[in-house]
Amino acid sequence: MSTATIDVHEVPTGSRVNYLNAQYGVKSWLLTTDHKRIALLYLASITLMFFVGGFFAVLMRLHLIEPQGALVQPETYNKLFTMHGVIMVFFFLVPSIPATLGNFLVPMMIGARDLAFPKLNLLSWYIYVIGAIFTLYAVISGGVDTGWTFYTPYSSSFSHTSVVPTALGVFITGFSSILTGLNFVVTIHKMRAPGLTWFRLPLFIWAIYATSIIFILGTPVIAITLFLLFLERVLHIGIFDPAIGGDPILFQHLFWFYSHPAVYIMILPGMGVMSELITCFSRKRIFGYSFVAFSSLAIAIISFLVWGHHMFVTGQSIYAGLIFSVLSFMVAIPSAVKVFNWTATLYKGSISYDAPMLYALGFIGLFTMGGLTGLFLASLATDVHLNGTYFIVAHFHYIMVGGAVMAYLGGIHFWWPKITGRLYPDGWARFAALVIFVGFNLTFFPQFMLGYLGMPRRYAVYPSEFQVLNVMSSAGASILGIGYLIPLIYLIWSMRYGPTAGPNPWGAKGLEWTTPSPPPTENFEEIPVVTEEAYDYAHSTVIRG
Amino acid sequence: MRGLLQFGSVFFSLAIQAPQLRPEAASSIAEGVDHLYFVLTFITLFFTIAIFSTIFVFMVKYRRRADNEIPVETEENLPLELAWTILPTLICAGLFLWASSLYFENSRPPSASTEIFVIGKQWMWHIQHPEGLREINELHVPVGVPVELTMTSEDVIHDFYIPAFRVKKDVVPGRYTSLWFQATKVGTYHLFCAQYCGADHAEMLGWVYVMSPADYETWLSSGTPSQTMVQIGEKTFNKLGCASCHVSEGSGRGPSLVGLYGKEEELKTGEKRLVDEAFIRQAILNPNSVALKNYPPIMPTFRGQVDEEQVLQLMAYVKSLGSEERDSNGK
Repeated sequence: MSTATIDVHEVPTGSRVNYLNAQYGVKSWLLTTDHKRIALLYLASITLMFFVGGFFAVLMRLHLIEPQGALVQPETYNKLFTMHGVIMVFFFLVPSIPATLGNFLVPMMIGARDLAFPKLNLLSWYIYVIGAIFTLYAVISGGVDTGWTFYTPYSSSFSHTSVVPTALGVFITGFSSILTGLNFVVTIHKMRAPGLTWFRLPLFIWAIYATSIIFILGTPVIAITLFLLFLERVLHIGIFDPAIGGDPILFQHLFWFYSHPAVYIMILPGMGVMSELITCFSRKRIFGYSFVAFSSLAIAIISFLVWGHHMFVTGQSIYAGLIFSVLSFMVAIPSAVKVFNWTATLYKGSISYDAPMLYALGFIGLFTMGGLTGLFLASLATDVHLNGTYFIVAHFHYIMVGGAVMAYLGGIHFWWPKITGRLYPDGWARFAALVIFVGFNLTFFPQFMLGYLGMPRRYAVYPSEFQVLNVMSSAGASILGIGYLIPLIYLIWSMRYGPTAGPNPWGAKGLEWTTPSPPPTENFEEIPVVTEEAYDYAHSTVIRG
Repeated sequence: MRGLLQFGSVFFSLAIQAPQLRPEAASSIAEGVDHLYFVLTFITLFFTIAIFSTIFVFMVKYRRRADNEIPVETEENLPLELAWTILPTLICAGLFLWASSLYFENSRPPSASTEIFVIGKQWMWHIQHPEGLREINELHVPVGVPVELTMTSEDVIHDFYIPAFRVKKDVVPGRYTSLWFQATKVGTYHLFCAQYCGADHAEMLGWVYVMSPADYETWLSSGTPSQTMVQIGEKTFNKLGCASCHVSEGSGRGPSLVGLYGKEEELKTGEKRLVDEAFIRQAILNPNSVALKNYPPIMPTFRGQVDEEQVLQLMAYVKSLGSEERDSNGK
């Protein structure tokens, strides 16, 4: 892409003014409106939440080594899986890629100096932090035991734990998502560089755009739902509890109307990252650009119409079940189209095995498994048996951890040199990708089998015939935990000791790679003019540096 | 294609024989569900392996040989795009039709089935047989006879799950859900609560005893209860003074209940409602919401005076007053 050539090769990072060294001091970070600095604020916050949530998962898996429970009382176990779910879903997975990589990359990829509303962007982060504080307070003040799904009337009338602060935290954080989504939509519509038409946009932008639409349309519904829960729990207004005139199933309709699209909030940005990684490391234009782009929008739209597949066994009518089943099968198709197109992109490419690519390949494998096992749950006859068992747990972890977290880590490794201006040790990074892939499969594959054998989820104790598979899963979890700690260590190490990265260490296309690493506060000295398609590797010489 | 099908059938026959891969199949629907499950497993493995081996071949064949290598652009290929959009659509359509018709069959109880009542309660299962026998966390059923469960909850949402039968249904407070099965093998099987319900959710377990018809008869008579559900219901009916308004000749302040069950009645609101189990429950606990057209809405609520078990017993009694062809067990 034609931009002002930036002569950065000879200038060492330290002596050039960039967004990291433009200002110093805590205040310069806490009051920044620079999208790149806000991305780093998010990165630090969600990393903290990821390891808090992960710590609960480790305790759970340790507890389940023995059928009668090895570690804690059932009440405590119930709090562990609840806090694990709440923190991972609302405070890590939902904001993960959009708030970190999205914040950093959306302006850079479209040739803008910042998001449309920089102050709103900072406000979003503060809202996220306030929400997180409420929820962490709930953890410290005794925890909450409703499951991350907050099903009524247990959550509204029966649980004696900190339901209100937890739900309030989730409620507040939702506004952060709404504002971030709004900011992205406006930015992508109004601030694209001259010549950057919709069909020249990197697919990451399409994915973030589709995600933003779900943020804006879906998040208010969870806010309303939690508000109604609050009304019932605190003011005893009968909404969900049948003892005071409510309908408990209504809660599930409202909850899943947001929370199923939220699954796509988690996976769509990951798919966007995938398109960037696959193209860069095979030096190919994406195969079927418009199919990949529109499949993101198709997923975003259909995702709003499938919530009832969480409720096949609640006693909802057979005919409603049929409709939700057929729609759930439909949402599988655009996902399959993406996987086929990524695979075809590799054909006759020039494929390298850098660490981000290994994460990308891990994504394809795990996401394919996760997506196909979704068919078991869209199929009414098998869902009856599998609903509420470990099969469900395995399925959504393959999507959310195998898919979304793999893509997130792949993206972090890919743009790390751009974000920090430093390179991390590639060998360690590849090793970590492998450890995570192995650990993940060992943790969650046995859970598919446990599910079909009939072990229900959320069991603090279990019949002893399930022990072997549970021990395998726990062993896998310990490997997985180590796999996640390795990148934490070498990435932090690299910020200080890593070799200096050039502007484009992967020889990647895209406007963000035309800037120095780390970029200056204003991103581009001159707003670039775009004259070519995305991923046009075939018509330029590749310079890694 | 032929080889693929053969491979599929070998895979299927191996999978279905491996005891570690599936729970015991002890109901009339279990084999059908397992069949679908293993076909889905085959599809999953087939596509995962196909995609992964394709990627693997590409990774080796097209590995980067020189740092400045620039591959040639691949043309867009519309037929290929359409093919891999349409093929998954067809597979999904086929699976949907198969799974849905199976579900449709599995959801409909045969008309002549034994009715048993289930009440979920933190953290135990109350079972009530029409003959009056009551059990906790145990359910005895005869082999080869369709059994229909009518279920409700005293507190939060539970879920009645028998893995060996491949059946599961939420047990929801404030409404009735139902589930049916026909056991095919004598034996003892797990009963789990599959909807998280609080502290001792994981201890809300029980056993289902499938017995030969003869053993079942012995079991039924051994614990001889003094009264059937209908008789207990009638006693409650009289104790609560229901009979003072619901006079059987129809001359009381409320409608006669004789022959009422199963009829369609017009409400004050003009709405027509079928008098079914849900209706009777509502009429006892929230009477004015279903007040009938020609009667004053003066019935007091019995919420708090009767628990779910008594509601079921009252219902059994009301059903026993039903039309002539119904026998005294309310069936």
